[in-house]
Amino acid sequence: MTGRIGAMILRHVYLLRTSWPRLVELMYWPTIQMVLWGFITRYLMTSSSVIAQASGVLISAVLLWDVLFRGQLGFSLSFLEEIWSRNLANLSVSPLRPAEFLVALTVMSLIRTLIGILPATGLAIVFYDASIYELGLPLIAFFVNLLIMGWAIGMMVSALILRVGLGAESTAWLAIFLIAPVSAIYYPVAVLPEWLQVVAWALPTAPVFEGMRAILMEGQFRPELLIHAFLLDLVYLAVGAGLFLYSFQVARRRGLLLQVGE
Amino acid sequence: MPLARHADRCHTGGVSDTAASAAVIEVPVIEVVDLAKSFDGLRAVEDVSFSVDRGQTVALLGANGAGKTTTISMLLGLLLPSAGTVRVLGADMARHRHRVLGRINFSSPYVDLPRRLTVSQNLRFFAKLYGVPNADDRIRALAKDLGLGEFLDRRSGNLSSGQKTRVSLAKALINQPEVLLLDEPTASLDPDMADWMRGYLEAYQARTGAAILLASHNMAEVERLCDQVLMMRAGRIVDRGAPSELIARHGRVDMEQVFLTIARQADGARQADGARQTDDAPGGTGRAGGRTAP
Repeated sequence: MTGRIGAMILRHVYLLRTSWPRLVELMYWPTIQMVLWGFITRYLMTSSSVIAQASGVLISAVLLWDVLFRGQLGFSLSFLEEIWSRNLANLSVSPLRPAEFLVALTVMSLIRTLIGILPATGLAIVFYDASIYELGLPLIAFFVNLLIMGWAIGMMVSALILRVGLGAESTAWLAIFLIAPVSAIYYPVAVLPEWLQVVAWALPTAPVFEGMRAILMEGQFRPELLIHAFLLDLVYLAVGAGLFLYSFQVARRRGLLLQVGE
Repeated sequence: MPLARHADRCHTGGVSDTAASAAVIEVPVIEVVDLAKSFDGLRAVEDVSFSVDRGQTVALLGANGAGKTTTISMLLGLLLPSAGTVRVLGADMARHRHRVLGRINFSSPYVDLPRRLTVSQNLRFFAKLYGVPNADDRIRALAKDLGLGEFLDRRSGNLSSGQKTRVSLAKALINQPEVLLLDEPTASLDPDMADWMRGYLEAYQARTGAAILLASHNMAEVERLCDQVLMMRAGRIVDRGAPSELIARHGRVDMEQVFLTIARQADGARQADGARQTDDAPGGTGRAGGRTAP
């Protein structure tokens, strides 16, 4: 089992090693986002007492949001690579099980996320003196919670692509933004209308960003928010994995594994 | 594969001499019973039954749309049958295919290997995926046998179609499969290379006793390689037998002629059917579709 998962990781590492545009693409967006929000922070510090109070809050938010985005994109793009290269049929007739494929894609998502995020966090320290690492140990919990949610959405997106074909590939880049307004990335949940607050608290992302702000703005660690997020993560991960595995069953019934594409 | 591995049930089909001369009675390595597949009510495959023994080569022939790819997909477990069963190396492919997928492999010109990876990276990846021991030795041996040495370090996407076919076959042989499913194995190869490839497959089979099921439109290839031919039309097997039997039964000179005879019988049937439908229809013109047999 580990050999087959290792084989899949090796295949994607080969791909990244032989394609510098893919590597640049991984780092490009988190870095641009960080630079942009760094300047916004500098500007707002002169006019906003909230930002002046905790200058790293926006940059930390954008970097954590990118953990979620990169986590989801890392999963979905690794899956799409198999479809783009018409390799899905080869994998489907190999001893690789769908569950092992799923694990391999999550590992690739972690690798892609780290490649994308780590340089941006370093640059944030150099350019803006804003270190996300000041969040301390809770940062690991934030990171894990967001990454799990990213995987869950990545699994749902991949299931959709397997079901309807490459016509749905743009969802890999768009799906995550559906939850952005209710994830309380840059503003507290309390800003939202009451009915949307219910939606926000039903997602693991809002408690993570609330927890981040509690540390950076109030110096207070709120473990209950992380537990809330983690429990929701488990639900979304179970749904995502279930849909992903079910989509393979449907694909076997409908003959999509040989023909998935446009 | 030791003969005893599948010696638990009596063999009832197939034409292999290997099985007949074996000391133990062996079940077929591929056993297909009453296989059917429908897509949204449209029957793609119906009532297909056959078996393939160890050491036997069987061809699945038919015009485009006859149901060959659908049948092969069900053999590999890529597609779930609507009815019937497929057992490969004793495993029900609809439910337990992962028990045997490591002992099977397939190659098709319609399925690519990852294009950005070099040939050697691709082979290393598939060797690891199939759990091949001493992968580097295996890759070296395949590279030597199939003449891949000169382009092992080139990206798979940059190869000529003939080179891709050879690499695809190397991938299909990476785990020394006991059952090999080949879709047009010599497509895109020049006659010399195609002839050499057929010789290689014969030698591989003689050495390993593998069963080979192939779909091909090259009738000379079928005559040379195959012990048995299954002729498919409209999702059903309409004729079967050794190439020499089929040639004699249809009074033709070679398999090419047999193929055309059976395909044109289909056109004739379609034509008659079309004529019936248009004549029956109000205001029908009596015109029938389909190719016209000479």
